[in-house]
Amino acid sequence: MAISREDIEKVALLARIKVDTDQVSALEKDLGNILNLVDQLQAADTSQTEPMAHPLDAVQRLRPDTVTETNQREAFQAIAPATEDGLYLVPRVIE
Amino acid sequence: MQWDVVIGLEIHVQLATQTKIFSGSSTTYGAEPNIQASAVDLAMPGTLPVANEQAFRYAVMFGLAVDAEICRRSVFERKNYFYPDLPKGYQTTQLAKPIVGPGHVDIELKDGTTKRVRIHHAHLEEDAGKSLHEDYHGMTGIDLNRAGTPLIEVVTEPDMRSSEEAVAFARKLHGLVTSLGICDGDMSQGSLRFDVNVSIRPKGQEELGTRTETKNLNSFRFMEQAIHQEVERQIDVLTEGGRIIQETRLYNGDTNTSRSMRTKEEANDYRYFPCPDLLPVVIDDEFIEQARRSLPELPDARKARFQSEYGLTEYDAGLLANSAQMAALFEETVRYGKDPKLAANWLLGELSARLNSEDRSLADCPVSAAQFGTLILRISDGTVSSTGAKKVFEGLWEGEGGDVDALIEAKGLKQVSDTGALEQIVDEVLADMDEQIAQYREADEKKRKKLMGGFMGPLMKASRGQGNPKMFNELLKKKLDS
Repeated sequence: MAISREDIEKVALLARIKVDTDQVSALEKDLGNILNLVDQLQAADTSQTEPMAHPLDAVQRLRPDTVTETNQREAFQAIAPATEDGLYLVPRVIE
Repeated sequence: MQWDVVIGLEIHVQLATQTKIFSGSSTTYGAEPNIQASAVDLAMPGTLPVANEQAFRYAVMFGLAVDAEICRRSVFERKNYFYPDLPKGYQTTQLAKPIVGPGHVDIELKDGTTKRVRIHHAHLEEDAGKSLHEDYHGMTGIDLNRAGTPLIEVVTEPDMRSSEEAVAFARKLHGLVTSLGICDGDMSQGSLRFDVNVSIRPKGQEELGTRTETKNLNSFRFMEQAIHQEVERQIDVLTEGGRIIQETRLYNGDTNTSRSMRTKEEANDYRYFPCPDLLPVVIDDEFIEQARRSLPELPDARKARFQSEYGLTEYDAGLLANSAQMAALFEETVRYGKDPKLAANWLLGELSARLNSEDRSLADCPVSAAQFGTLILRISDGTVSSTGAKKVFEGLWEGEGGDVDALIEAKGLKQVSDTGALEQIVDEVLADMDEQIAQYREADEKKRKKLMGGFMGPLMKASRGQGNPKMFNELLKKKLDS
């Protein structure tokens, strides 16, 4: 299965990965190879197989609803690029 | 052209747990920014989620209450998108195997009919943080206290056909989750948020039109207005030969306007996949049976009980029983005030109107059940007229005093019901009204009824509003008809 340049550009945008124009051809080939491998897997008959949500045959343990975390704001904000009034500041987002 | 309106709802219900769905951070509302955002909530590298048992119990209780199948093996997915109030870059949610399967809720409409609204499913997920766009030197402020708060998102089928039906469903759901105790129901704090999917189609057409989604409506009034507004907009677009674009819209309640947020076709590709950090959650029979045993009385059962136990009409019983708080206030008021019908009238009339006009919730009602009850006793035993009682209620509401009897006394609202005293007033007033008396005696039965009012005014005035109107009426009839 082939992957188009447009597909690569769209996936890069969704994942917020900057891809230079001269990288696209190489990616086309690499991702194409991966998709070919997936095609091989697709050939297997899975009609009787339950989809696997997790590789471990175990179930999630649940925790009681009790507060265990304390305020660590100062430590977390010490490594943040910008804060004010206890808020994290980020480049303006408006939709 | 005649149009059909088709509405489906998605409701985000914040669960009333102490801690977040995947971390032990507190969920208390109104804390200082970011003091309830732990390393897990901030998506620090190396952290792992651990699921909160209570969130699952609440979700199962909801599922049982809407008569839904509970999914025994619940799986979490990642919904990927970038937004600064979502530190992980994905929301942990459920797609393929939501915890609550198809169910239904019955709503009562104003014309007395009942309608079934189907629930498509309800899934567990985490809330995002809050973005503050106010002035931070052109930057956006992020508060992650809310990030990771457990939600159930309830998704209905597109079964509603008017804003009335949508609001009736929303109120019913609000009553249900608050009665279950799984959500505090405080809409001003965002505990319950509604997304409304609206489409229109020419009357009689089977195929659904293109829908838009109006997000984050946090009051019933806004919801109703936003639906009206969107239906009008879609009719305008189609009538002028345009087409509806599938998009997300934002409604502004202050200006009653809406605007497009983004088009769904292009940008949003969430690339869901099972979350490798979380194992499947297995819900066994014992867990479900425990949840079932912990179910409290639900609004529909309470409504039936109010009808049989207190002799209320179906309509009044439904209104009182829907909210756990209102139902409790009603029952306590009746304990003090005896007369259930009168108690229902006061709570659904005077009190509800007052709460609505001031946009307040029952939680901060300044009048207690004991006060309502005493007031109702005083109306029943004739101490105050219903007009006088409204003045007493006003006094209680405005905090002029807490003792009903003292307020009646202080405001001079005590009704005179002593026959001798009233008769004297009637005699005095009638002495100056020969002309009207003659007119009355000449009139036929129908006209007489009308003329009675002309005597009542002066009588009430002479008694400074304190005469018992019912007794005045009887005395008058006796004197005039003799």
